[in-house]
Amino acid sequence: MSGDAPPRARRPRRGGWAARVLAAAAIAIGLGFLALPFVALLSHASPAQLLARLGEPVVLDALRLSLLASGGATVLAVALGLPLAWVLATREFPGKPVVEVLVDLPMVLPPTVAGLALLMAFGRAGLAGRALSAFGVSLPFTTAGVIVAQLFMALPFFVGPARAGIASVDRRLLDAAATLRASESFTFFRVVLPLAAPSLVAGVAMSGARALGEFGATITFAGNLPGTTQTMPLAVYLAMQSDLDVAVVLSVLLLVMAFGLLLGLRSAPAGWFWNRARAQGPAR
Amino acid sequence: MLRARLARRLGAFALEAAIEVPDRTVMVLVGESGAGKTTLLRLLAGLERPDAGRIEVDGDAWFDGAAGAFVPAAERPVGYVAQDYALFPHLTAEQNVAFGLRASRVPAREAAPRVGAALERVGIAALARRRPHELSGGQQQRVALARALVLEPRLLLLDEPLSALDAQTRRAVRGELRRLLAGLPCTTVYVTHSPAEALAFGERVTVLEEGRVSQDGTREDLMRRPRSPYVAEFLGVNWFRGDLAGPDGAPAGAARVALPHGELLLSGDGASGELTAVVHPREITLALAPPAGSARNVFEGAIEELVPEPPSGDLVRVSIATTPPLIAEVTREAVATLGLAPGVRVHASFKAAGVTVVK
Repeated sequence: MSGDAPPRARRPRRGGWAARVLAAAAIAIGLGFLALPFVALLSHASPAQLLARLGEPVVLDALRLSLLASGGATVLAVALGLPLAWVLATREFPGKPVVEVLVDLPMVLPPTVAGLALLMAFGRAGLAGRALSAFGVSLPFTTAGVIVAQLFMALPFFVGPARAGIASVDRRLLDAAATLRASESFTFFRVVLPLAAPSLVAGVAMSGARALGEFGATITFAGNLPGTTQTMPLAVYLAMQSDLDVAVVLSVLLLVMAFGLLLGLRSAPAGWFWNRARAQGPAR
Repeated sequence: MLRARLARRLGAFALEAAIEVPDRTVMVLVGESGAGKTTLLRLLAGLERPDAGRIEVDGDAWFDGAAGAFVPAAERPVGYVAQDYALFPHLTAEQNVAFGLRASRVPAREAAPRVGAALERVGIAALARRRPHELSGGQQQRVALARALVLEPRLLLLDEPLSALDAQTRRAVRGELRRLLAGLPCTTVYVTHSPAEALAFGERVTVLEEGRVSQDGTREDLMRRPRSPYVAEFLGVNWFRGDLAGPDGAPAGAARVALPHGELLLSGDGASGELTAVVHPREITLALAPPAGSARNVFEGAIEELVPEPPSGDLVRVSIATTPPLIAEVTREAVATLGLAPGVRVHASFKAAGVTVVK
């Protein structure tokens, strides 16, 4: 019996302190490296100065456009991504790895490449673009184009967490639902969605933040027209060449929004989701 | 009435079983883990599709391999209580019970009284607003049962419904569950690996061994004539296998059976050759001194364990380390007068007439 074995004496670990000092240094440098640029950005101007520049038309136009486009892109990411996440989480089919790579691809692709590819597809002479222009719809250099570019880049950021959340719902609960005469769609809305809610909300936040920060695909596909396609990241880039303070105001705004989004997600009040119940799980 | 013939292959494991359960009857399905009990239940529930066979309930075919017909779980009037109950953690007890009615589009106004009645029936109406994690194991089990029963299933499937409970709760719930099942208008299949539950619940017992039905019948049939070592051991019946040596040297009217160690006397002459015999624990008498008398089998050994049987009754099951090991059933009184305790050496004896030849 293992319980009868005498406890092995703990050997004093030599050099343990050196490893600890090295680790502490690495952590300090790592965190400092992450924090310093933000500190620098925030200390560039006083809050009063920032507030004074907040009302400039360039800033307001970019803010309005960014909120509209990233909001729209996020809604579309949920609408298109949820069924996709569900299929990937619950079904096996030939060619699934290819679909998985396709879904993940925008995460690793240079955004400019994505923008160019979008242009080839939805540009006036593009594969789908010609069909669209027959209906009088043209995406490049329009706000709709911005949404398309952001959606393309943000979709994987919703599908990933959503899929993981759906897959984590206990299989036994789905079986129970089936024996309770529930159709698959009833089960999806009454069991899968509520239990996967924390992951879905995480996916919304991640894809929303990605859409908000999207730059490369937007400028390549939709251009840089103030008021129409010039979102905050684009405006930051442009303002850097003319008025650094405006660039800083926009950057701080973006920083605060992203920070708030991620922090809000993390500190959602306990029990707001079904976390508590989920941690307990079904009775063993 | 449930009638099923099922075949299902899962890797190296193959289930091939035929079962028949009359109306308003509880059939207990027993077997070791891995024997295919849960697979059989899942096939009956429609959660898995058999490779071949037929499932028929009250004359309706739920599955017909030959015709390629398969009614999925959601369309079968079946109730399924899983081993871990599988309650929806985000729903209250009440909402869990209402789930099936809502799924069948029963309007809320009509569903509410039915949910209330179902909770009342299992005795947890006061806990309707609690979530599963706020309920004890026994209470969760009742919610799961109410959730299945509220849909008035024609076939109720219970997968080890008491195994997740602690021993004390289990005893308390067992009696209630038995009364409840006895009053149900449906056919019930009850999976267990507990002999006590099998005997308490099953009017009929089906034994599954390695994916096949090794025996089925009434519990009395099984007790009297267990057809495999597993069944005998499961029910706690003593089991012998040996070669019939004929009447030479045996008392009049008896025959000798050569066992791997020692021999066994049984009444009658019987057929020659290998045979299997059982001795019910009640046939065995315990004594501290070697008993006198003719045509008795006597085995000596030390007592290993004493278990009250049934848990509250006045009989005690005594396991004795004889060769082969024996189980005797004696009264509490006998235990007290003889001073029976683990380690005490006893002589276990039974009459030749107490031996039943099975085959």
